[in-house]
Amino acid sequence: MTEHCLPDYRVLPPDVAERMAQIRQRECVMEIDHVGKVFAQKRNKTVALEDIEFGVHRREFVCVVGPSGCGKSTLIRILAGLEDATTGRILVDGKPVNGPGPDRGMVFQKYTLFPWLDVCRNVMFGIEMGGTDRVEARRQAMQWLQLVGLEQFATSFPHQLSGGMQQRVAIARALAARPRVLLMDESFSALDAQTRLKMQNYLMEIWRKIDITIVFITHDLDEAIYLADRILVLKPRPGRVEEVIEVPLSRPRRAAQMASDEFLATKAHLEALIRSFGDTTEETNEGGEDFDIPLLTLVTDKAE
Amino acid sequence: MQGFSASWRLYGRTDRTARGVFGVLAVLLPLLAWSAVSYLPFVWHPQVLITDPGGEDYLESGMRMNRADFSRAVGEMRTKNLPVPQGVATNPVYLPSPGEVLTAFGRAFTSSAPTGAEHSITQAFGHSIQIIFWGFVISSLIGVPLGVLCGALPAVARLVEPSVDFFRYLPAPAFGALAVAILGIYDAPKIAIIVIGTLFQQILVIANTTRKLDFALIEASRTLGAKGLKLLFRVVIPGILPDLYRDQRILLGWAWTYLIVAELIGTSSGITWFITQQARYQHFDNVYAAMVLIGIVGLGTDMVLGLLARRLFTWKRESDG
Ligand SMILES: Nc1ncnc2c1ncn2[C@@H]1O[C@H](COP(=O)(O)OP(=O)(O)O)[C@@H](O)[C@H]1O
Ligand SMILES: [Mg+2]
Repeated sequence: MTEHCLPDYRVLPPDVAERMAQIRQRECVMEIDHVGKVFAQKRNKTVALEDIEFGVHRREFVCVVGPSGCGKSTLIRILAGLEDATTGRILVDGKPVNGPGPDRGMVFQKYTLFPWLDVCRNVMFGIEMGGTDRVEARRQAMQWLQLVGLEQFATSFPHQLSGGMQQRVAIARALAARPRVLLMDESFSALDAQTRLKMQNYLMEIWRKIDITIVFITHDLDEAIYLADRILVLKPRPGRVEEVIEVPLSRPRRAAQMASDEFLATKAHLEALIRSFGDTTEETNEGGEDFDIPLLTLVTDKAE
Repeated sequence: MQGFSASWRLYGRTDRTARGVFGVLAVLLPLLAWSAVSYLPFVWHPQVLITDPGGEDYLESGMRMNRADFSRAVGEMRTKNLPVPQGVATNPVYLPSPGEVLTAFGRAFTSSAPTGAEHSITQAFGHSIQIIFWGFVISSLIGVPLGVLCGALPAVARLVEPSVDFFRYLPAPAFGALAVAILGIYDAPKIAIIVIGTLFQQILVIANTTRKLDFALIEASRTLGAKGLKLLFRVVIPGILPDLYRDQRILLGWAWTYLIVAELIGTSSGITWFITQQARYQHFDNVYAAMVLIGIVGLGTDMVLGLLARRLFTWKRESDG
């Protein structure tokens, strides 16, 4: 490898800078107001999140990254209302939220389609919960399925679909309830690499077509840089916002951009940042730096 | 062929033919064993059925006695130079042959006239089925909703489950005298015993099934705006339905085990009464016919319910792999 000088990740190309300025002018759809979370078990208390302060603008795509166990899932579950914050609050369109609601859709890492409903009825679920009658709900559900390209699977059942297709239906189901914000917790991490890239492109395509704000959790740095307008880096123990990065890549994004200098610079910075948290994780504390792996082959049996 | 060898491997995969053959063998082998014991005198036949008492005056034809006693009687008559008693080797009276049971079974359906006792098998059995039916329906009407609520609402679980756990350990027969005192001697206390025997288990089993519903589905539906009764009826109940159905099948079996107790309290009735009466008269062919009938009806119901489940809950069978 030739030593190649990467640009500063903080320098935005003019089109990206303009776009970020536009985004900053839009109102905040979701505000995270000094949120902290403490898990109190019998004896020990885990401070999962501490004083998180962040605003997500309308139609913005925000990714949250951080080493495992830093509180990403806890944060998004608080945003969804599935978990209560110990301190602070979440505001959607300026109003504090209390518990889960249809204004914040969520796509989980696990496949959570209702296995007893066919694909169309799954997508209809959220629409019907909003009080729409069944005929209208079916019509809308078919439109959403068209958007994710699965209208010919309307009468299939979830177990008949591949993982990627199930997650596409899950996205359609979440969007069909017309949320203000779509929350995604490592939604593509169970998929194989090719499917994941396809899903990322699908997601950005959908996001371009409709008025939706996305908060996307991932531990995959490539995924975060490829998708996000801004990346929120969480530091573990306790979970705090370490840095907010504006991604210096223009839109629409293409897979080819993953080889660009801006991409590599951002990735190098994120990697360094996350490596700098590294020594605080349990694994290195317990195991020490060098592993002592016993030799299980014959000494004479040389593989390399 | 492959299916057969795989059937003997731990967690092996069988095929359709192997399953069919094993299914037929499951019925045939016990029947063959029973026939062998009944029709091949050298297999067991520990007794002798007297056909001609000869000179021994305490013997009567139609009487059964142990082989040893019979040969002693024969020996005695020989020494006294009297006519020797005659007999054929036979099984004890409590083990009739398949043929005899089959005849008794056929008689139960063909003859409308009472056979020996006051009732026919079918009449007695019909009465038993009524008791089971009403007992199970009443128990389910209370137990299913309460069980689901216990599983889904922590407050209800805390309020209800301790007392249910208490009553569960009281054997249903303990309530017999009480049920008769309160409900009279006819069918009401019998139905009450079935209800008592089934209900408490039912509440706990169904509460557990409800708790085991994948919590991620509940969370997903909450983010889609479901709560309260909509959550209960659109997510919880459809989600647990296949397991609930399976629980009900098992609980129906429980209800049957309480039938015997139920039918012996107050004025005894039904198939239990029929069996005890027939046993008293030593009509063991009728006893076995009644038992076969219970078994066939029980197995038949369960098979029908099982097939119905495969039809109703395709999604469950296939998504479980
Ligand atoms: N229900 C819980 N009870 C106690 N501790 C929890 C609970 N959920 C998460 N935690 C702790 O909070 C921290 C953050 O977890 P999580 O949000 O799942 O991390 P991430 O998704 O970033 O991997 C971890 O240390 C974890 O052990
Ligand atoms: Mg997580």
